[in-house]
Amino acid sequence: MSNEWPLWEIFIRGQHGMAHRHVGSLHAPDADMAIKNARDVYTRRNEGVSIWVVEAARITASSPSDKGPMYDPARSKVYRHPTFFDIPDDVEPM
Amino acid sequence: MDPAFEFLCRMGDNTLVLGHRVSEWCGHSPVLEEDIALANTALDLIGQTQLWLGLAAEVEGAGRDADALAMTRDAWDFRNVLLVELPNGDFGRTMMRQCLFDAWHDLVLAELRDSTDDRIAAIADKTSREVAYHLERSRDTVIGLGDGTEESHARMQAALDRLYPYVGELFETDAVDAALAEAGIAPDPGNLRDAYDARITGIMAEATLTIPDSRFAHKGGRDGVRHTEHLGHLLTEMQWLQRAYPGATW
Repeated sequence: MSNEWPLWEIFIRGQHGMAHRHVGSLHAPDADMAIKNARDVYTRRNEGVSIWVVEAARITASSPSDKGPMYDPARSKVYRHPTFFDIPDDVEPM
Repeated sequence: MDPAFEFLCRMGDNTLVLGHRVSEWCGHSPVLEEDIALANTALDLIGQTQLWLGLAAEVEGAGRDADALAMTRDAWDFRNVLLVELPNGDFGRTMMRQCLFDAWHDLVLAELRDSTDDRIAAIADKTSREVAYHLERSRDTVIGLGDGTEESHARMQAALDRLYPYVGELFETDAVDAALAEAGIAPDPGNLRDAYDARITGIMAEATLTIPDSRFAHKGGRDGVRHTEHLGHLLTEMQWLQRAYPGATW
């Protein structure tokens, strides 16, 4: 049995943020303590209003060796980006 | 002796001495996350000290400020309970001491929010949110380690056995307390004991720890009559810079 606590990935939604953002990772024995540790490690300076924790082992990630087939085909397709619209001034969060 | 000054020194010296003790863990905790959490707790407590001793100095009206009270008084002028000046021991004992203190601190601040002295009520209101978190954290750690492995359980039981005789002093009542209770400035400490016992009984049951039967209490801190030998050593380290270089700032 490993003596290390599991690793948790920490996501925090900031004061004016719309979505939780990944801020880093830490060790904790369980999800409750991971939230508490995240509070102490990442929100000391009033950074956040909401914390998510996810056990790192539960995250399924894409493989770096698949980078070419995964992303390259999108590169030359500029029409997939919605950059040809004028955004009215009174639309704030985009 | 002004009872209000005495009372404010008791509050501020508790947070100052415990804050210094907890800060001794900085860089030495068992894991990085606990190191940061303990440093945060220490900083909270020292910040609270500025409020309590700042008001004490104002009430005293003798030209001293919070820094002068913290850094230039000797051991016999300190009014903290003995519990907070005891050495840290292992991490488990430190968290047990924190939990025993936080459970009381949280209760007394809840009462002080209704103090007839607005300045005291304001400090209690501001600090009680920090303390509620301290209690949540120390309680969970005591439960986690008490109801943990054989080793952690044994250490937490040893910590409780060692520290419990220092709990009773928190509920001592003397002439200072009687005067403040009469004026509605602060609660009679003895009146908090039942609520405290209910809390601690619940926490220790969850932690599978046994509270000692004896109510024997070491005393002498909050009236300054007899501190333990540990306080002088703590002050020697904490006050060294201001003693060697009086008035130094940076």
